[in-house]
Amino acid sequence: MRVRVDDDRCEGHGRCYAVAPELFEPDEIGNGVAVGDGTVPAGMERAARLAAENCPEQAVIIEEDA
Amino acid sequence: MGLHDKVTDWATDFDHTDEEWAADPYPIWDELRATCPIAHTERYGGVWLPTRAEDVAEIAYDTERFTSRSVVVSKFRPPMELAPQGIAPPISSDPPFHKGARRLLLPAFAPQAVAKYEESTRAYCHELIDAMGDAAVVDAAEGYAQFIPVRVIANMLGLPESDGDRFRGFVHHVLEGVDKSMEERAAGMMELFGYLEEQIEDHRANPRDDLITYLLQSELDGEPVDGFHVARTIGLLLIAGIDTTWSAIGASIWHLAGHGDDLARLVAEPELLPMAIEEFLRAYAPVTMARLVREDMDFKGCPMKADDFVLLSFPAANRDPDAVERPNEVIIDREVNRHSAFGLGIHRCAGSHLARLEMRVALEVWLERFPRFELADPDGVRWSGGQVRGPRELPLRILGS
Repeated sequence: MRVRVDDDRCEGHGRCYAVAPELFEPDEIGNGVAVGDGTVPAGMERAARLAAENCPEQAVIIEEDA
Repeated sequence: MGLHDKVTDWATDFDHTDEEWAADPYPIWDELRATCPIAHTERYGGVWLPTRAEDVAEIAYDTERFTSRSVVVSKFRPPMELAPQGIAPPISSDPPFHKGARRLLLPAFAPQAVAKYEESTRAYCHELIDAMGDAAVVDAAEGYAQFIPVRVIANMLGLPESDGDRFRGFVHHVLEGVDKSMEERAAGMMELFGYLEEQIEDHRANPRDDLITYLLQSELDGEPVDGFHVARTIGLLLIAGIDTTWSAIGASIWHLAGHGDDLARLVAEPELLPMAIEEFLRAYAPVTMARLVREDMDFKGCPMKADDFVLLSFPAANRDPDAVERPNEVIIDREVNRHSAFGLGIHRCAGSHLARLEMRVALEVWLERFPRFELADPDGVRWSGGQVRGPRELPLRILGS
């Protein structure tokens, strides 16, 4: 599984890096970006889904097969 | 019809400053959502009120048909000549001007940037509680919540802490004086901007490490940001940062005062606090923004006219059963919480990370010092109405632990 943030949708609410700080971090303006290449370590799948489900702009994208 | 004639029909003649709305707006919105999901009033020169999450989101994202030229409903519409900045950039700005004006502010309000205010905020919260002594009944709104954002924003902007009472006066005038005449509102604005111009001149002469100095030294499209823009943005930050956060802190404490089980759980499991804060933000979202209709049009069957206001009710959207499970229950460990308390789209509250920090620190300190409390007089709680709703009087009885 891999995560990424759609930069066109993200408005910097910061819910992804609050809910799943292992997977997301803020950039200099507070927008969310995936940590590293976005690969979700084993056991972190639930955190990834929660980050997506808590994003007000629906900007967190999960690639299940990646 | 007078502006404050009592409302008898919420679908066709609502008034968001009505006492019934201030005291408990949720049943009103639930009823409207089920029967007339975009309500209308002739008051304030014409205002629409969508209560479904889907409609609120659509309007928030549609910056073509809905302009931010004014975001506070009153009888007054700001002159077109102020576009594209509007009266308080970037909140009053539309694309494409909006983006640069907002970009200027965002680094200062990113989570890693606002973290530096945590320690001073915590010390100040303790000072406020120290000042209450061992009183059996204290007011968590008047004696605590209202002071916290005033101090934080004064420090951030670089304004004298001792001017706190003046800031609160300005804010009250802009947000709660919506029924004043255009002349009275303009006079109040002149006083605010007269004050800010003095402060800005002082910062030009004596640059220091604060947000006013930062804005004065910033560039927009390769040019220094002009004095008008700086004054208007500082005015915005002062006004937008105070009543809102005060309301959010107060509503959270009010909830805990009336729900001893949630209070006991948060005291026992403080790691739940960030999740509980998101739930308080959802359920008691303090802020309703507004837009102006750009041109006459039909929106979902509603004949909207140019310069009609539309209330962007994020608080009502957060209670929509089509968007949120069990929306009228406050569940402090709600894991999935896609609320829009800080808005949606390009105008997402720029200060949201600072507001969350203030809420977290204010509640941590309150719970540490007062692990048990209850409403001293449920009828003594008074809520502000209008576009920023929160407890303005909140008498609590402090119980021994």
